[in-house]
Amino acid sequence: MRSGGAVKTVFADAERGTSLWRDAARRLQKNRLAVAGLIVLACVVLCAFAGPWFSSYPYDEQDRENKFLGPSAAHWFGTDHLGRDLFVRVMQGGQISLEVALAATAVSLSIGVLFGAMAGFLGGRVDNAMMRVVDVLYTLPFTIFAIILVTYLGRSLVLVFVAIGAVEWLTMARIVRGQVMSLKEKEFIEAAVAMGLSRRRILLRHLIPNAIGPVIVYATLTIPRVMLLEAFLSYLGLGVQAPMSSWGTLIKEGTAAMEEYPWLLVFPSVALSVTLFSLNFLGDGLRDALDPRSSKE
Amino acid sequence: MTRYIGRRLLAFIPVLFIIVTLTFFLVRLAPGGPFAAEKAVSEEALRQIAAHYNLDAPLFKQYLDYLAGLLQGDMGPSLKRPSRSVAEWILIKLPVSVELGIYGLVVALCLGLPAGILAAWRPNTWRDYVPMSLAMTGICVPNFVLGPLLVLVFAVHLGWLPVALWETPSDKILPALTLGAIYAAYIARLTRASLLEVLSQDFIRTARAKGLGETRVVLRHGLRGALQPVVAFLGPATAGLLTGSFVVENIFGIPGLGTEFIKAALNRDYTMIMGTVLVFSVLIMTFNLAVDVVQAWLDPRLRHA
Repeated sequence: MRSGGAVKTVFADAERGTSLWRDAARRLQKNRLAVAGLIVLACVVLCAFAGPWFSSYPYDEQDRENKFLGPSAAHWFGTDHLGRDLFVRVMQGGQISLEVALAATAVSLSIGVLFGAMAGFLGGRVDNAMMRVVDVLYTLPFTIFAIILVTYLGRSLVLVFVAIGAVEWLTMARIVRGQVMSLKEKEFIEAAVAMGLSRRRILLRHLIPNAIGPVIVYATLTIPRVMLLEAFLSYLGLGVQAPMSSWGTLIKEGTAAMEEYPWLLVFPSVALSVTLFSLNFLGDGLRDALDPRSSKE
Repeated sequence: MTRYIGRRLLAFIPVLFIIVTLTFFLVRLAPGGPFAAEKAVSEEALRQIAAHYNLDAPLFKQYLDYLAGLLQGDMGPSLKRPSRSVAEWILIKLPVSVELGIYGLVVALCLGLPAGILAAWRPNTWRDYVPMSLAMTGICVPNFVLGPLLVLVFAVHLGWLPVALWETPSDKILPALTLGAIYAAYIARLTRASLLEVLSQDFIRTARAKGLGETRVVLRHGLRGALQPVVAFLGPATAGLLTGSFVVENIFGIPGLGTEFIKAALNRDYTMIMGTVLVFSVLIMTFNLAVDVVQAWLDPRLRHA
């Protein structure tokens, strides 16, 4: 009896799920800017992760004979103050920037989704207390805390992830809470309760998966913000340390030498901006595709 | 209204307490210290310095002493530059940052509002696409890229403006543009979206039916309702302008509080970090409150919420 009911719910969910996703995919394909963003992004990711393998220069190889070379056939983006090939450094830096962005987004995603879902699901006084915590945290100057965290807890990449992720989860928690609060009044949750499922199972298997649409949209829009914050910290000299480099550190180095050797500033800046552009277009497109009602802003 | 403001001001106290506590222990429990780098100093001298600044007491005692000092308005001496107290340093550096912040805000409003209105006036024409593409560019080109690029073009190549000074008005154009650009972009997008929504409402049709001119309809009747989200955005925007000034001050060598905060964080100048964080927090919270008050004044419906 019980398993029969479960099978039925699964089927109903699956049917609704695919049609929703198919709808969204169709709407996304019609949005030319979002598709362009997706393609550019795929190229950037491919270059960043596979590119350094095909380059004839390692990213940290110094060549004092060939400092500050302009862009040429041998060095597409020129070389920096230690004679390192800028092209491979931009690709390597992209790898770090993308990794930091993804990891920090994952951290903020997990904290935000769990916190928001619990607040929405438990409701009442617990919800009140949890959201009051979020309200208080909203008023804290978080960029300042990120700076303090990164300066003091050492400069390892992992801590940069955690610090940034810990900063960015608040809005996610609010979104998920709202979703869960409206979902938990729906019949399928009532059915799950009637079937005697545990609260944990209802929360993890039924509520959170159904709130996933807005979460994906917000996560896509979080990635560029996190990338920017990482670049900002690195630019201030608080992020990734040499010989590793992210786009932020490359831009910082480029700024120092920009008067004589502008390409050192231009190439990493273009790489960062192009990636931010495509992420934003893709995020906007996903929002329109998954949640057509909220597309006004 | 007065009661509302009073209640909000009271709420500052616990939040500031949390900020002070968090910052104090974060900063102090981390390895390293303000005097760790000075190798030439003997052990004995180091101990004396520590004793002089009350750094040898148990940490919790130091925390209580610091709180007691704060209540009397005393933020202590700067550990790294003891010629002045933290409060004096802040009084010297803060006006520069505030001046920069105001210019940034002016740039944001003067570029953002007209761009948004222009775009909403004729949606889906080139008068919409051009300002909105510029706004997207403003959002995707971070200030630490925009600043150096502006310097490269206008100061180094064209030679129209100075590279890095903070004296005459012409020194202030590039920093203000760099700081304000991204907020101009957000304001333009917000203005466009909310004006479009307002312009589709019935009272606008009524205004047009009365035979009012298009300019009057959009600017007098439409814009008033459309400004609400823009005003709401100014709270977070001001907070962003303050932290954005860290980078802009850094790029243009402006002697403001942002530069001071980064320096203090890198040098582990404990008292200076605490002081700057406190000032920034109070500023951000005050602006958020001011924005809420202005919003209630613009929209009477919010006053009773």
